[in-house]
Amino acid sequence: MSAEPLNAGPLVEVRDLVVDFPVGDGHVRAVDGVGFTLEAGQALGIVGESGSGKSTVAYGLLGLHRGTGARIGGSVRVAGVDAVTAEGDELRRLRGGLAAMVFQDPLSALDPYYAVGDQIAEVVRVHRDVSRKEARARAVEVLDRVGIADAARRSRSRPHEFSGGMRQRVLIAMALACEPRLLVADEPTTALDVTVQAQILDLLHELRAETGAGLVLVTHDLGVVAGSVDRVLVMKDGRAVEHGPVTEVLGTPREPYTRALLSAVPRVDAPEAPGATAVSAGGDVLLEATDLRREFATRGLARRTAPVTAVDGVSLTVRAGETLGIVGESGSGKTTLGRMLVRLLEPTGGRLHYRGRDIGALGEKELRPLRRELQMVFQDPVSSLNPRRTIGESVADPLRIAGETDERRIRTRVGDLLERVGLDADWYHRYPHEFSGGQRQRVGIARALAPEPRLIVCDEPVSALDVTTQAQVVELLGELQRDLGLALVFIAHDLAVVRQVSDRVAVMRAGRIVEQGDADTVYDSPQHAYTKGLLAAVPVLDPAEATARRHARLASATA
Amino acid sequence: MAPQEPRAGEAPAASPAAGGRQVWRRLLARRTVLAAGLVIVLLALIAAAAPLLSAIEGQDPTSFHNDLLDSAAGGVPTGSFGGVSAEHWLGVEPGTGRDVFARLVHGARISLLVAVGATLVQVTIGVLLGLAAGLGSRLLDQLIGNTTEVMLALPSLVFAISLMAIVPSDFPRPLLLTLVIGLLGWGGTSRLVRAQTLSLKQLDYVAAARLAGAGRWRIARRELLPSLAAPVITYAAVLLPSNVIGEAGLSFLGVGVKPPTSSWGQMLSGATTWFRADPMYVLLPSALLFATVLAFTVLGDAVRTELDPRAASRLRVGTARGADGPTADGSGGPTPTGPGPSNAAEEATA
Amino acid sequence: MTRFLLRKAVGMLGVLLVLSLVVYAVFYIAPGDPAQLACGEKCSPAQVAQVRERLGLDAPVYLQYAHFLQGLVAGRDFSAGTGLLHCQAPCLGISYRSGEQVTDMIAARLPVTASLALGAMVVWLILGVGTGLLSALRRGRLSERLLTALTLAGNSVPVFVIGLVLLIVFCAQLQWLPFPTYVPLTEDPQQWFWGLLLPWISLALIESAKYARLTRSSMLETLADDHIRTFRAYGVSERHLVTRHALRGALTPVIALTAMDLGALFGSAVLTESLFGLPGLGKLLVSSVSLIDLPTVVGLTLVTGFFVVLANVIADVLYAVSDRRVVLT
Repeated sequence: MSAEPLNAGPLVEVRDLVVDFPVGDGHVRAVDGVGFTLEAGQALGIVGESGSGKSTVAYGLLGLHRGTGARIGGSVRVAGVDAVTAEGDELRRLRGGLAAMVFQDPLSALDPYYAVGDQIAEVVRVHRDVSRKEARARAVEVLDRVGIADAARRSRSRPHEFSGGMRQRVLIAMALACEPRLLVADEPTTALDVTVQAQILDLLHELRAETGAGLVLVTHDLGVVAGSVDRVLVMKDGRAVEHGPVTEVLGTPREPYTRALLSAVPRVDAPEAPGATAVSAGGDVLLEATDLRREFATRGLARRTAPVTAVDGVSLTVRAGETLGIVGESGSGKTTLGRMLVRLLEPTGGRLHYRGRDIGALGEKELRPLRRELQMVFQDPVSSLNPRRTIGESVADPLRIAGETDERRIRTRVGDLLERVGLDADWYHRYPHEFSGGQRQRVGIARALAPEPRLIVCDEPVSALDVTTQAQVVELLGELQRDLGLALVFIAHDLAVVRQVSDRVAVMRAGRIVEQGDADTVYDSPQHAYTKGLLAAVPVLDPAEATARRHARLASATA
Repeated sequence: MAPQEPRAGEAPAASPAAGGRQVWRRLLARRTVLAAGLVIVLLALIAAAAPLLSAIEGQDPTSFHNDLLDSAAGGVPTGSFGGVSAEHWLGVEPGTGRDVFARLVHGARISLLVAVGATLVQVTIGVLLGLAAGLGSRLLDQLIGNTTEVMLALPSLVFAISLMAIVPSDFPRPLLLTLVIGLLGWGGTSRLVRAQTLSLKQLDYVAAARLAGAGRWRIARRELLPSLAAPVITYAAVLLPSNVIGEAGLSFLGVGVKPPTSSWGQMLSGATTWFRADPMYVLLPSALLFATVLAFTVLGDAVRTELDPRAASRLRVGTARGADGPTADGSGGPTPTGPGPSNAAEEATA
Repeated sequence: MTRFLLRKAVGMLGVLLVLSLVVYAVFYIAPGDPAQLACGEKCSPAQVAQVRERLGLDAPVYLQYAHFLQGLVAGRDFSAGTGLLHCQAPCLGISYRSGEQVTDMIAARLPVTASLALGAMVVWLILGVGTGLLSALRRGRLSERLLTALTLAGNSVPVFVIGLVLLIVFCAQLQWLPFPTYVPLTEDPQQWFWGLLLPWISLALIESAKYARLTRSSMLETLADDHIRTFRAYGVSERHLVTRHALRGALTPVIALTAMDLGALFGSAVLTESLFGLPGLGKLLVSSVSLIDLPTVVGLTLVTGFFVVLANVIADVLYAVSDRRVVLT
């Protein structure tokens, strides 16, 4: 093997990269002429929405496209190795030895059958001529380095025994194992809660400073790159739209697409959207929950275990015409709460009053006349529409059930509703799979509007959407609320989105509301430590501010 | 994988498929499916016109022709290829001298009637019980669920043989065959429908229908049944050929249709005695049986590929797939096992 | 783990208990008078009554079933003309026809069916899994289409058809093989092998395409898993990927299917046995059925049912054990 060409040019040099994937008989161009360089120790963020080809570029750095039938054009050099043509030992050295990948989904990216320590040791032994025992010792060492407590013992656990954030740490440890000169991280924080996301990003930052390795960070989230990289490459439809230092790209973007992307990002620090508070000043109380509880009897395969309390004594009110935002991380019980508010679920304790009437314990039959007034918009745009019925039929359903039989009137009304949410009235006869996620979400909103409800609970209505689509749907919801005087309960994990739409905010954690109040008050001067932590972890778009926050987090962690 | 996002006002992409008509069209576009369909149509015509066909030949399936047998050789037909002649197109049966052509075409009737009938019985019982379990109370669900498990644990071929034997012989045999195969083989359908119903019930669009004020019956009819149709049809398409084999197997063992009624399996039951002396007599029903089952199997497999929800969803995200990140080879292959019926008929292949 | 196995065992016993109840109900209550059946058509009423008393058929139905269960667990006594005949546990009763104990009759035939089933399994695993792995690892050589076609063909041939064709070709026309006969393994291993070769091949030909297809797709699916991609991205060699990371997951469904097929085969070997004249459980069933020998029929149904249920449990356990993500409680 040739000696490592030290200091021979940049760490990464990509020129005119073109990747075509075989689809059916032809090819689809996923990456179209992308080029960039990365110096040793620097960090590059590749940003784009789904389908922009950003992950494809990252995979190309390790030559991972071979064997997939993809056609590659251009050149990719990583630490002196040509990733497009390298074979055998040289390719093996590139993968893991020179450059290491941190994959996206930490559960499926690890072998479920083996202990994580053994999996890391295996990688070590591919690249280093060491004994099994030494490799294991190295595994424990890197696990310890990424902040896994009691690493020697935990190294014997299998992946499913770790939490999501810990698994992501394990994957980072694996990447570190052979001291690569480049880390490639593909959406490393997408599946994680915001506080955990901040920890992982901080860890990556720290490791980079410590080892001097280069970093390529692939993400859809502009906030993630702001505090983590030196340069940014914005991608759209396989092309590099804009490329430059992070301060310039995020601070003074030149390209319209970058500007659009930036303006679509909801900001947690921004004042509320114009007009959001216009009608908020106290209508009548519509919905009032008092000490609402919900327990789920978990049944192990045969024996009964203690019930799990998903919602643990929540009290809140929703007034006519206002938006109540509910934020919480995964597992906080916010979805269960939302489903109870519209009585898809029956509370196991507490009271739920709708316009003065206790609806908490009503049976299905008694609820039916009330159903139309309490509607819901669901999270998953795929499962919320029946794939075998046309969208028109789905929207018309509430009308038909309400007793409308005049086919012409139904058509007109559905057409109006579709247009109201920004769709074409002529699409009545189309099926859900013909629509994109954002359009489907609009159909879901039209269906919720059909029975002319007074209150709509939106359960993570935009979390499955790209950022620009997200902004459009949020805007639509706000507009509808103002025009129709609806009350909204907006449930989300994304603090910025919630701030954007809400008049009042409730912060949930472990089934309880830890803080609630006026949106500005909660966001600007949070009282509860948990709220403070959450807000501190939210990525911000300003690189300087992001760095400042990182230091603050580190200071409070070491303090 | 999220599909790419056009702006809200853009027209959605052209529809790949929606509804049964396209499925039909795609099915007919395959040559193998067309061939299998033709075989089945032909068989159905033969079965329907069996008396007519044997009348054209000038024979019937039940008359003995001892004069055509070589009694010195133990009853082997005289003449080559099992006694093929202008009067007996496909020769005569060794031992009895009954006309083989007439018996074969009449055998097609039994084969098809019993298989189709048994499949209908299985699917009807399976769908009703599965739906009841999926939508009913917890108690009902457990009752039906446990019954289904026991049904699936029955050594169904053994059970079928025993049942066929203890029912008095004056009960019409083809009907009995239909009932026995049908009543022993609904477990798979029931389990499938129950599981599908339970998972469909969890979907958000069912919750949305509840919010729209729909009652249980309306939800079952509007939201669940349309989605259940595809898996049930797929499953039935797999059951059908195995029921053909089931009937043939029981008749082969001598507990199915009894002479003078003819069935392919029953013709083969004498085969062990005659395979050396008269291979023709053994090969003819074998070939017909094989062709019938193969045609149904090919059709069933094609239906499964077309209706398989996973295949359908692959189709739907077809463009998104591969657009971001590499895709691995082999993800396009058909599902490994699919729904496998475990009933008397399936076991009968072994 | 122990708890999991225990729970499975209890579940299995439950299913078997229900099975025995169903079998008992169907065969003893439905067809009219078992005593008449036992005695034969030409018995006088007095003789029938005698038989009824001797077989304990004069007791109420539930008591009869209780006696039957008692026999299974603890053994029971029958009055046989002059003295008592003790039937040891697990007692499945006494044949109406031969007066033999059903348990003994089944035990005598079990090695034949076991030889047939296990031997066929070995052949189909070698043929099927071998081709499946080969075609998965060297893509294109043996394509999915070919395997699909072979699987469909295999599914479409009843065993008695393929067996007959093999008999005609290899025994009658070419005369390469003798007509299959059963010689116990303990008597003469070589003759045992040659005598069973044709039945094994008949069964294996039908099954192996299915196994090849399953192995192939399962292997390809596993190779496409995210964790395989991870190790590929860390320079682990392809051979190592297959042997260490893919094989285990890929073969789990194959092994589970083998267990289920094997269990089912104990019941469905009847077709093969009656075609090739092998004196196994199936052959016994056919002859008992034609003689309407109820205790033997019931015993056989229960024993074959036991194998089916056992196979299902084994498949379940294999699945659960190999999938470590499932926590066994």
